[in-house]
Amino acid sequence: MAATPKEPVQFTGAGPLNPLVSCTLTWVDQRFPLMALWRDHLSQYYAPKNFNFWYFFGSLAMLVLVIQIVTGIFLVMHYKPSAAEAFASVEYIMRDVPAGWFIRYMHSTGASAFFIVVYLHMFRGLLYGSYRQPRELIWIFGMLIYLCLMAEAFFGYLLPWGQMSFWGAQVIINLFDALPLIGPDLSTWIRGDFVISDATLNRFFAFHVIALPLVLLGLVAAHIMALHEVGSNNPDGVEIKKHKDAQGHPLDGIPFHPYYTVKDILGAVVFLFLFFLVVFFMPEMGGYFLEYNNFIPADPLKTPPHIAPVWYFTPYYSILRAITEEFMLVLAIGTAAYALLIWLTARDQRVKFAALGIGLVVIVLMKGGPLALEAKVWGVAMMGAATLIFFLMPWLDRSPVKSIRYKGGLFKAALAIFVIVFLVLGYYGTQTVTPAGTLISQIGTLLYFAFFLLMPWYSVMDKTKPEPDRVTQ
Amino acid sequence: MAKNMNKMKMLFAALLSAPLLALGAADHLKLDRAPLSEDQASLQRGARHFVNYCLNCHSAGYMRYNRLRDIGLTDQQILDNLVFTGVKVGDLMKVGMDAKDAKGWFGVPPPDLSVIARSRASADGSGADWLYTYLRGFYRDAARPSGWNNTVFPNVGMPHALWALQGEQVLEEHKVRGDGYLKTEMKLKLDKPGQLTPIEYDRMVADLVNYLVFMAEPVQAGRKTIGMFVLLALGLLFILAYALKKEYWKDVH
Repeated sequence: MAATPKEPVQFTGAGPLNPLVSCTLTWVDQRFPLMALWRDHLSQYYAPKNFNFWYFFGSLAMLVLVIQIVTGIFLVMHYKPSAAEAFASVEYIMRDVPAGWFIRYMHSTGASAFFIVVYLHMFRGLLYGSYRQPRELIWIFGMLIYLCLMAEAFFGYLLPWGQMSFWGAQVIINLFDALPLIGPDLSTWIRGDFVISDATLNRFFAFHVIALPLVLLGLVAAHIMALHEVGSNNPDGVEIKKHKDAQGHPLDGIPFHPYYTVKDILGAVVFLFLFFLVVFFMPEMGGYFLEYNNFIPADPLKTPPHIAPVWYFTPYYSILRAITEEFMLVLAIGTAAYALLIWLTARDQRVKFAALGIGLVVIVLMKGGPLALEAKVWGVAMMGAATLIFFLMPWLDRSPVKSIRYKGGLFKAALAIFVIVFLVLGYYGTQTVTPAGTLISQIGTLLYFAFFLLMPWYSVMDKTKPEPDRVTQ
Repeated sequence: MAKNMNKMKMLFAALLSAPLLALGAADHLKLDRAPLSEDQASLQRGARHFVNYCLNCHSAGYMRYNRLRDIGLTDQQILDNLVFTGVKVGDLMKVGMDAKDAKGWFGVPPPDLSVIARSRASADGSGADWLYTYLRGFYRDAARPSGWNNTVFPNVGMPHALWALQGEQVLEEHKVRGDGYLKTEMKLKLDKPGQLTPIEYDRMVADLVNYLVFMAEPVQAGRKTIGMFVLLALGLLFILAYALKKEYWKDVH
């Protein structure tokens, strides 16, 4: 199999080492698709020229991933994954390891920064319809990254072995306990013990430092490969590939390198400024990035009066707590109304009957007397559904346009309400339970799901504006 | 259309103000503000109070004696003035008290104090505020096994270790005028004076709290200094990155 030798690489830079560099690159390129990769993903990857502020967060998420991996490696050099030593080893890192505090604060701040960046990145997708055809798989890979990230954060949070580490994990693992039939066995299997113990800590450590980072890296690669296959969306939501010049390059596209590399460097500098502002001046971030209770070593005999997950999980935690026994009736009525809506508007008979059948089963499981599941089971189910429902976005949005710029007031209002509801739910997830808080969380839960479940209707009813043919500035 | 917009605005306003509703409901501790400073003399006095009064029952098991170099002491000064147990200067601040004995005596083993100033922070105030109020909040209570109770930590297991200095406080009921009705307020009163005047005692507690804050995170002051340089460097880098972006993007229209 004699491959045709590739053209020598011409390295065009000034300097005495130039021939040597060209020579080395040629040698590598004839054995590895170096220049092809460089061309396909950077120098000849055409991205729309009208990216705005919201388009910084993809590259920033990569930056934070690198920060987390590198600081994580250094932390593992000194951290002891053992119930007897974990807490002390973290304080040892904070006090006795040279620059250990710096590495640890970067990692703890990085965890929160990751979620901030990823939430903004996802919001960008919602704004400009980046999940729409042909980018469904990019969105799905992205959502898998998000789930993976939540698991990574959850496993990592046990490792400092403070009170919140312990009791937060206790609350989440006990959720599995609520599942019918398999619940108790499942939660014991997850813990590796009947209580959260050294065995749990060790397996969480294994997941946090090996299993999930591997999956995460694979998914990130898939996310970017899928993106580079179809090309980036942009704030106008129009396809730049429709208008190409004589060389076949999109007229509204510019090569990712150097244009977006230099722009993303600028974004990275601004991000790092804010990141290090937190790392050096407010690493606890008022108890949101490092919870105060977590400076008390884990004590299985002392339940803290108020257990709150870290801020990035609190919207879902609110939904979990909103599902009370009294609220089940509201949910059952909501389900009935939704099934009726599908019945009245669907054209396909099979869809009508499917909606009726599934609706009936769900209502029976919600309010069907002896057949009904406990409210806490529904709480777990709704919390899971709240994270998973994002996957459906590409098929829920039926608007003729992608970008918020050309969508009508209905969609804009829905998105604005969704963002507010997400923040309000997030706030209540950090607070102790109060009757007013529960009521607001319940309303929030309904609005949260309405945003997704009613989208097939309101996105069609919405009065959209015509999309431009080319991108605007 | 305009009517709809107004409705929408009202809905947003209602949703946004929702979190405020619940704020009134929660119980909040009223904490005094600790007069924190990074004054080395205060930190050194605090360290002395700490080893004299706290480090007999409480350990600081993640803190090494020689870390006190960070507050301006030499190894020799530390050994001469602050180490009473014959350990080495690089050793951790451990105590000899047996946890089981301690549980028998106080109902609960005295917690390690290495990071107490961080763990006691809450929405009500900083850890320093809590400690400052707590150490000044002991009062005589015959109903408690130790004879002592505390305003910020009701039914605390710890007796008032500094009582000889502060004296003995009692909790007294006061009737005060509320909104149209009489309210009962509980107020601390110094019943028997101690060796220190109230102002001297407050200062001593302030020094001790200062030290506890330092001990909870010895690198605290240092990280802020480094942080200034890091942010300055990033500020300069921003100018370069901005110029670079501008230069490359000038032909994009």
